[in-house]
Amino acid sequence: MKKDIILGGVGGQGILTIATVIGMAALSEGLQLKQSEVHGMSQRGGDVQSHLRLSSDPIASDLIPEGRADMILSVEPLEALRYFNMLNRENGWLITSINPFKNIADYPDMENVLGEITKLPRYITIDADKIAQAQGSVKAANIVVLGAASPFLSLKYASIEEAIRKLFGKKGEEMVKLNLHALKAGREFTEKNRKV
Amino acid sequence: MDKLLLLGDEAIAQGAVDAGISGVFAYPGTPSTEITEYIQASKEAKERHIVSQWSANEKTAMETAIGMSYAGKRALVCMKHVGLNVAADAFINSAITGAHGGLVVVSADDPSMHSSQNEQDSRFYGKFAQIPILEPSNQQEAYDMTRYAFELSERFGTPVLFRITTRLSHSRSGVGRGEVLPQNGMNLPSDLKQFILLPSIAKKQYNTLLGKQLAFQEESEKSGFNKLYDGKDKSMGIVACGIAYNYLLENYRGGEIPYPVLKVGQYPISRKLVREFYDQVDSVLILEEGYPILEELFRGILDEGKPVKGRMDGVLPRAGELNPNIVGTALGMEVAEGYDLPDVLKGRPPLLCDGCSHWDSFEALNEAMKDYSPGRVLSDIGCYTLSALPPLESINSCVDMGASITMAVGAAEAGMVPAVATIGDSTFTHSGMTGLLDAVNRKVPITVVLLDNSTTGMTGGQDSAGTGKLEDIVKGIGVEEEHIRIIKPLRRLHEENVKVFKEELAYQGVSVIIPRRECVQTLARRMKLKHAKKKVTQENSAQ
Repeated sequence: MKKDIILGGVGGQGILTIATVIGMAALSEGLQLKQSEVHGMSQRGGDVQSHLRLSSDPIASDLIPEGRADMILSVEPLEALRYFNMLNRENGWLITSINPFKNIADYPDMENVLGEITKLPRYITIDADKIAQAQGSVKAANIVVLGAASPFLSLKYASIEEAIRKLFGKKGEEMVKLNLHALKAGREFTEKNRKV
Repeated sequence: MDKLLLLGDEAIAQGAVDAGISGVFAYPGTPSTEITEYIQASKEAKERHIVSQWSANEKTAMETAIGMSYAGKRALVCMKHVGLNVAADAFINSAITGAHGGLVVVSADDPSMHSSQNEQDSRFYGKFAQIPILEPSNQQEAYDMTRYAFELSERFGTPVLFRITTRLSHSRSGVGRGEVLPQNGMNLPSDLKQFILLPSIAKKQYNTLLGKQLAFQEESEKSGFNKLYDGKDKSMGIVACGIAYNYLLENYRGGEIPYPVLKVGQYPISRKLVREFYDQVDSVLILEEGYPILEELFRGILDEGKPVKGRMDGVLPRAGELNPNIVGTALGMEVAEGYDLPDVLKGRPPLLCDGCSHWDSFEALNEAMKDYSPGRVLSDIGCYTLSALPPLESINSCVDMGASITMAVGAAEAGMVPAVATIGDSTFTHSGMTGLLDAVNRKVPITVVLLDNSTTGMTGGQDSAGTGKLEDIVKGIGVEEEHIRIIKPLRRLHEENVKVFKEELAYQGVSVIIPRRECVQTLARRMKLKHAKKKVTQENSAQ
C-alpha cells in the first residue's frame, strides 16, 4: 500500500489538522509515514502545503515526486490548482472545497477556477463550509473535506474516526461530535456524488 | 519503546535531551525554531531542569553555550543559517578554545529561500572553523547523530557543527529513542588557561586544533555516517550528501541502485572511502543540498580528473533545493509529469494578518512620507518586511538583522534627510541597539520607528527580549526624552499618529517613535488560553 497526498490551503485553514488525523489513523494501522510541512513566512496568509506519504514499505523522500501524487486534498479551490503538476495522471484524485479564500486582489473568477478542476478525470468538489455549518460550525470545514477524501485513502473509516476522537478529545466531547459528524457528512457527499 | 512521530528539528531536540544536555540556547529563526520550542514544551526537559529560555541573539546564545561547556556541561545551540553569521565570531573562536562539556551547534539552512534572504551553506562554516560537521538524511539519523555529536564533541574536545536543511527540519517521521543519559556535573577544564585566547595561548590552541584534523577525518570513516555501497555499473559513481540520499533512493523505489554510492553524513569526509569509491568508477555524480562544496573538491582547480557532474556543469540546477525529480533527471531517467499548471492560477504571497498593528503603523508612516521624495525608509527582518509588498509598499531595504538603523545612519550621513528606520522590537534587541548608540553619538538626523508588538512575530510568537524595557533602553542609549514618542497604532488614531510622524521627521536629531500594540496572533492565543482556564475553573467550582 502506498498513498502520496498533497494537502493544500491558505495559512490558518487547518491543513495540518487534516495531516495529523490521517497520520494518526495510518500509524494505528501499522503504516509508515512521512509528512513535510510549511512553517515560517508563508503561514502569514500565503499558500501552504504539506506532503503526506503513507506506505507499508519504508519511505525514502520527504517530498512527493512531481506527477506521482495519488491525491490532492485542498481546502481552497485556487490552492487546488497550484499542485496540478504533482498529480498522477494515471490514477490521481483531486478533492477540494469550493469555498474561496479571497485575500488577493486578482483572485480569478470562480467559474474559471472550477472549470479547470472539472477538466480532470477524477475529482470531487464540495461546498464544505455549507456542510460544516449544517453540522454545527463552519470551523469543521477542513474535516468535511477530509471526509470527502476518505473513500480514496485506503484507510479504515474507523481508524480515521478514532484519530479524530484522540485529537479533539482534549477539546471536549462537543468538538469530537462536531468533527465526527463533519467527517461523516463529507464522506456521504462523495459516496452520493462520485462519478468514477 | 514506541516510536515518536517527530519533525527533523524535534528529533534533534529529543536526541539532545536524551544525550544529557543541561541547556539549549537559541534565537528563533525558520527553519530552526522548533528545536528549542520542543525542549521548552517537553515535560522531561522541565523535570531535568534543562535551561531553554530564548537568547537575545545568536551570538549571545553561542557564547552562553560556550560558558556552559567551559563549566563541564553539555550545551546545544540552535539557529538558522544566517544566524550563524551573527554568532560567527564566537563560533569560530570556540574551535580554538575547544569544548569541555559537549558543545553542538545546529545551523538550519534554507535552500530555495523559503523564509530567508539567502541560501548560504553552513558546511562552509564548519570547514572554516575546521571542526567536524554532521548532516543527517532522515529523522532517525537526526536523533542518532545528535547523541553521537555530543559524544564526539567531548571525546575530541571540539565543538561540532550540525547541519540540517528546511525539508528535513519540517518533515515528520517515526523516531525510535535510545537510553537517556544523565547530565554532566559541573567541572572545569583541567587547564584553566585553555579558554584564554591571548596570542601565546591561542597559537598553542590553534596547533592543537590543526593536530586533530586527521583524526576528524578518520572518525568519519569509523562512525558509519560515511558509507560506501557497492554497485555493479562502474560507469558512474554517486556521492549523496544528507537529504539528497533520500531523493536518490526515491528514484529507485526500493529497488537496487546499479551504481556505487558514497553516502555522506559527516565531514571532513573520509579520504580512505573516497579513494576506494573513486578508483572503481569512471565518472562521478555529486548530489548535495546547497553549495557545490564536495563537487569543487572532487573537481579541483583544473578539473582534469574523471568527469564530474553536479551543480557546476548544469546537470543539477546551480541554485535552490533538490527534489526527487531533479535528481531523477540528473540520473538520466524519465521522470513523471503531472498536469500543466492552469493559466488562471494566481500567486498568493504572504500578507500581514487582519488587524495587525503594522497595517496602522505603515499607513500612518506612508501618509507622513508623502511630503518627501520616495526611497527613504530602511527596514529590517520580521513580519513588517511584508510592508514591502502591495498595497503598502512602504520600505526600501531588508538586509540583515538590525541593518535598518545603521543603514539609515549611513544614508543620512550621505545627505538623505529625513532617513527613516523601521525595526521590530525583537530585531531591535537582537542587533539594533548598538546601531542606535552610533546614531546618538553621531547626532545624525534619523527617525527610528520601533514597531513594538511585544513578541517575535514572524517565527510564531516567541518571547521578545525587550518587552517592557524598550523606553528605558532607548533613553539609556541617549535618545532625548521628548523625542521618544509612544503611539497606539489604531485606525481611529490615524490622524494623530500621522502628526507625530511628521513632527519627528522634521526634527534634526535622533528620534524614536514606538507604535505599541500586541501581535494579533499572540493576543488570540492568550485569550484562548484565558478562556480555557476560566472554563476549567468554572467546571471545578461547579463540582
